[in-house]
Amino acid sequence: MARAQQDFALRLEIEELYTEYAHALDNFELEQWPEFFTDDCLYQIVSRENRERGLPLALMRCESKAMLTDRVVTIRQTQMFAPRALRHLVSSLRVAPATADGVDVQANYAVLQTLVDDETRVLSAGRYIDTLVRDGDVLKFKSRTCVYDTVLVPNSLIYPL
Amino acid sequence: METATQKSPQNFRQWPSEGLGRVPYWVYTDPEVYALEQTRIFSGPYWNYVALEAEIPKPGDFVRSHVGERPVIVVRDKSGAVNVMLNRCAHRGVQFCRTNWGNTRSFTCPYHQWSYDLKGNLTGVPFRRGVNGNGGMPEDFDPAQNGLTRLKVAARHGVIFASFESAAPPFEEYLGPAMLPYFDRVFDGRELRVLGYSRQRIPANWKLMFENIKDPYHASLLHVFLVTFGLFRADQPSAVKMDQDGMHCVLISSKGDQTLNATTKDMKNFRADFKLSDPRLLDPVREFPGAATVVMQTLWPNIIIQQQSNTLAMRHLVPRGPELFDLMWTFFGYADDTPEMTQRRLRQANLMGPAGLVSIDDGEVMEFSQQGVRQRPGSAGLLEMDGRGTDDKEHMVTEAAIRAFYKHYREVMEF
Repeated sequence: MARAQQDFALRLEIEELYTEYAHALDNFELEQWPEFFTDDCLYQIVSRENRERGLPLALMRCESKAMLTDRVVTIRQTQMFAPRALRHLVSSLRVAPATADGVDVQANYAVLQTLVDDETRVLSAGRYIDTLVRDGDVLKFKSRTCVYDTVLVPNSLIYPL
Repeated sequence: METATQKSPQNFRQWPSEGLGRVPYWVYTDPEVYALEQTRIFSGPYWNYVALEAEIPKPGDFVRSHVGERPVIVVRDKSGAVNVMLNRCAHRGVQFCRTNWGNTRSFTCPYHQWSYDLKGNLTGVPFRRGVNGNGGMPEDFDPAQNGLTRLKVAARHGVIFASFESAAPPFEEYLGPAMLPYFDRVFDGRELRVLGYSRQRIPANWKLMFENIKDPYHASLLHVFLVTFGLFRADQPSAVKMDQDGMHCVLISSKGDQTLNATTKDMKNFRADFKLSDPRLLDPVREFPGAATVVMQTLWPNIIIQQQSNTLAMRHLVPRGPELFDLMWTFFGYADDTPEMTQRRLRQANLMGPAGLVSIDDGEVMEFSQQGVRQRPGSAGLLEMDGRGTDDKEHMVTEAAIRAFYKHYREVMEF
């Protein structure tokens, strides 16, 4: 029973983390985004095709929290793109038993994008493949790989998923 | 498609009287122009990029690809030869191959199970002789006359091209003496290694992508990232060079420093104080002879060969209608790259592709262009930066290569 309560508490904590992550991106609180990760994190957006073919190319590849910060600064300061609204939908969390290395979690995601003068469309759909570790009293992403099913990216992917 | 070709070009559309200094907006929007392009350009006597040999190293390996908007299969047969054929069953036109890659001994259409060998020969027609004396194909049905449509194939140093037109000249002649050395600069005969694919659908006419890569003027203004880190800037040594027909082009430049000077002062977006927190993102090493650190080569009619620092990619254009195209990126390195070099290429790939720190700007601005030209297809764009000529230039403040492209385009299209 104590074990079940622990699992339940951990699951709630993970759901809270994923909710806050989605909230930050939906609200363009980009400066918050690196704070969800450890300093030595790996963040990647990978097509399902490349993953299945064993090819290493990623759409975004950040090999440290500092690279996440660089991505944010370039979005804010150097890139040119149309304004948009984004909505992250995350579901079907699968939490593996915790080990000394952390907790492996998978979840489905869909991100809806709305441009000026256009209806809402699916920007990306796929799954998160994550490893979480405890940093002080909070859980952080040690790695997050977003594997997208949407073979053709509808023009540009500006913001992280 | 056929009606467009029969139409007399004279009463079809009128190019503005200013000539090469203008591009009429109907070239980006008109369905009849688009249909004529599919016939004259993508099915004409030109070499279309289809794949890299490194994608299909073994007999039976295949990938799906496109020539213009038409789907093709690129396959290596048992003899080791590469064949390119239409992905369309000879029976009822079914696009039978549905997976992007694989290894197979033959192709079978799911509809009536007609099967083909790896050269595109028809090898099986179920119930060809009928069943219990009923049905069957006519006596004079000749499988040899009913294979898949095969394209002419050319390959050089690991890059595969195809043409619907048997009159296409030898590939080396097609590139010409001005362009071949730049092609061989990246494809020097070393074995290639594919690092991965990115695919994006851009709501714009396919020619806007070519114009973008033939336009160094924009690169030093739109791309704040390139400018800030000195990867491409108007004050650096650079050039645009064309072949004699204006079909192909290279855009060449050399990296400079991130310093505030007379030119960068004019760039309102230049950020002298912007430093990367993790400089590993941009840690280029010299790997090609000569001073150039970026060479973007555009080959008529469907491929851009990208070398920006250590990021190498094929950008394959697949038109999907007058106002839509798919951009298929194949990132690659060399089979003999060290693990550090592969890592470097993968990091620098952050600059390019659908989420590229640099190329996002282009995808977005092409969409904006299309939305603008759609409003007034009778109007024309202005192409007079650096005069109205089409000669090679030793600087960036020019639209000469776009003018050269349209000079050739008008000849092919008879506009």
